[in-house]
Amino acid sequence: MKTLFPEKSATKESEMIIAAAHSGTGSGRFGAYGGRYVPETLMAALQELESAYAEAQNDPAFASELAYLLHHYAGRPTPLYLAARLSESLGGAKIYLKREDLLHTGAHKINNCLGQGLLARRMGKQRIIAETGAGQHGVATATVCALFGMECIVYMGEEDMRRQELNVYRMRLLGAEVRGVSSGSATLKDAINEAMRDWVTNVHTTHYLLGSVLGAHPYPTMVRDFHRVIGIEARQQILEAEGVLPTAVLACVGGGSNAIGAFYEFIPDKNVRLIGVEAGGRGPALGEHAARFQGGSPGVLQGTYSYVLQDDAGQISNTHSVSAGLDYPSIGPEHAALHDSGRAEYVSADDNAALQATVTLARTEGILPALESAHAVAEAIRIAPKMSRKDILLINLSGRGDKDMGILARELKLQGA
Amino acid sequence: MGIEFRHHPGLIAYLTIGDPDLVTSKKIALAAIDAGADVIELGVPFSDPLADGPVIQRASERAVRNGTRLLDVLALARELHAERPTAGLVIFSYLNPILRMGLEAFADAAERAGVDAVLVTDLIPEESTEYRAILRKHHLQPIFLVAPTSPDNRLQHIAEVSEGFVYAISRVGITGTQQQVAGDARGLVARLRRFTSLPIALGFGISNAAHVAAVAEYADAAVVGSAIVALIEQSGAEQAPAAVAAFIAGLRAPAEAESVVS
Repeated sequence: MKTLFPEKSATKESEMIIAAAHSGTGSGRFGAYGGRYVPETLMAALQELESAYAEAQNDPAFASELAYLLHHYAGRPTPLYLAARLSESLGGAKIYLKREDLLHTGAHKINNCLGQGLLARRMGKQRIIAETGAGQHGVATATVCALFGMECIVYMGEEDMRRQELNVYRMRLLGAEVRGVSSGSATLKDAINEAMRDWVTNVHTTHYLLGSVLGAHPYPTMVRDFHRVIGIEARQQILEAEGVLPTAVLACVGGGSNAIGAFYEFIPDKNVRLIGVEAGGRGPALGEHAARFQGGSPGVLQGTYSYVLQDDAGQISNTHSVSAGLDYPSIGPEHAALHDSGRAEYVSADDNAALQATVTLARTEGILPALESAHAVAEAIRIAPKMSRKDILLINLSGRGDKDMGILARELKLQGA
Repeated sequence: MGIEFRHHPGLIAYLTIGDPDLVTSKKIALAAIDAGADVIELGVPFSDPLADGPVIQRASERAVRNGTRLLDVLALARELHAERPTAGLVIFSYLNPILRMGLEAFADAAERAGVDAVLVTDLIPEESTEYRAILRKHHLQPIFLVAPTSPDNRLQHIAEVSEGFVYAISRVGITGTQQQVAGDARGLVARLRRFTSLPIALGFGISNAAHVAAVAEYADAAVVGSAIVALIEQSGAEQAPAAVAAFIAGLRAPAEAESVVS
């Protein structure tokens, strides 16, 4: 793997800038990946955010306010639930579900939105912008903006607005302005482009509440930190329930925020397999899926160096997934490093497997997963029967599926009124 | 060879190469040089131009769709250099197409084509050590952007690592035209002057002779981009070279005669 130019030494001045840029929140590099690939206009804002975050980390008042909100407002800790009937029906490993789907707003996204919302307030920024794919991050952002009395603008691909219409209504009901994006494939990638254009233009007044472990430093580190609570709780809960660590932790990976949150505490536990599940879409041809580790190669998109689905001229590919939240051509840089080091494994589940897993979980456990999360369930369903009854699979069930009823009704040909 | 401005103010014309097609891009570039552009910025079309406004986004989308690649842009540079050897040529790109080609292969090809300088929109100095070393080896000048939001310590760092000229962005925001050149542009150029003796080019939102004349009061060169790209979009392939030539000639019309630097 080619390493990309981290700064070694130039002048005293530049060393000072770099030292300042990297205090408190890490280097922004995960192996060769990560970094900051942005227009100069945004650098001051990224540095401001980085120092605000570093200060907040050393401020007990920030930690206690966030903890209060996560508990009383969002509903943490979330349960770790033994899916007994699902496990029984598969006849192999015991399956546990980390119930992030039970959080307020219906997905893990609220963890990060509360954290960044508090940061925006510290920085005195009253105008919040965000991108959203499935709409879960948009809903969580709109929710936090309502809670804190902030202006909220959410960019969303028009294709995603169509397929996640319920979440568009929710955001509007919460007082957010939803701006449709029609460029490119009119999905998450294009929404991020438009959000970044807004941020470049309104950088003095605006905080960009990025919803995944993507983008320029400090976002991948900061967003991960706000989701670490998932793995911290889950590790403790599984030890209480079983007295041992799980065989594997599974999570779906779009940008990779729920996955990194679930994985992070388990990284030192070398015997615990970490399995990220990407969207296999309709098949392996470029443009038909979002499996970055199978069809992608290292490149720079939207501020960070990571695996990217691209053609041989470096143009970014379109992607497809039945789940809007996984339908993205790049992946968080920390996942790229975990992939290259071999610490985490990345596989894919296709549209059909995700839809079938949704039905299976609904009918064995009475739990309707988000189509994104259903990709992780699908992989568990595939591997559990080959494992022993002593094995434990811990799935991060990152969101609930109410938002997907339109797609599910169509794809599963459910009968209506 | 390196960038040289033979007029005051120098004039830099940005083109999205491959819009509407490569043959027309070449004609437009030649016409622009003959009409008085000192430097051509050869814009490499990219699928995700997140620093660009709607005009350049549309041009980029058309050029990507008709298959224009970085290699095509370099081939065009070679032809321009052969036919107009004194014109400055800057490759203007997002980072990913260059990374995909490989920094070394890109720099080697650009040097052979007669390119003078390279500007990568989403590459800041802190991430550019290896890039600058490779450019230097191939006698290519690295050009970086400064913005009104850049604090003095960043201006100094950027000035230290720049060669050829420094590109000052007249205002926060994406590329595109505006009524007046932003008020913070003059202050930015004044702050930057303290750290560099390189020429300072001002870009973003410069679209007519009055803007260029205003820029000439405090900067060394003006970059005109979206206004030219929009003109190409409106004119169509046939008319575009003549339309761009007339437009560029008009940008310097009032002040041209007395301000030619000998």
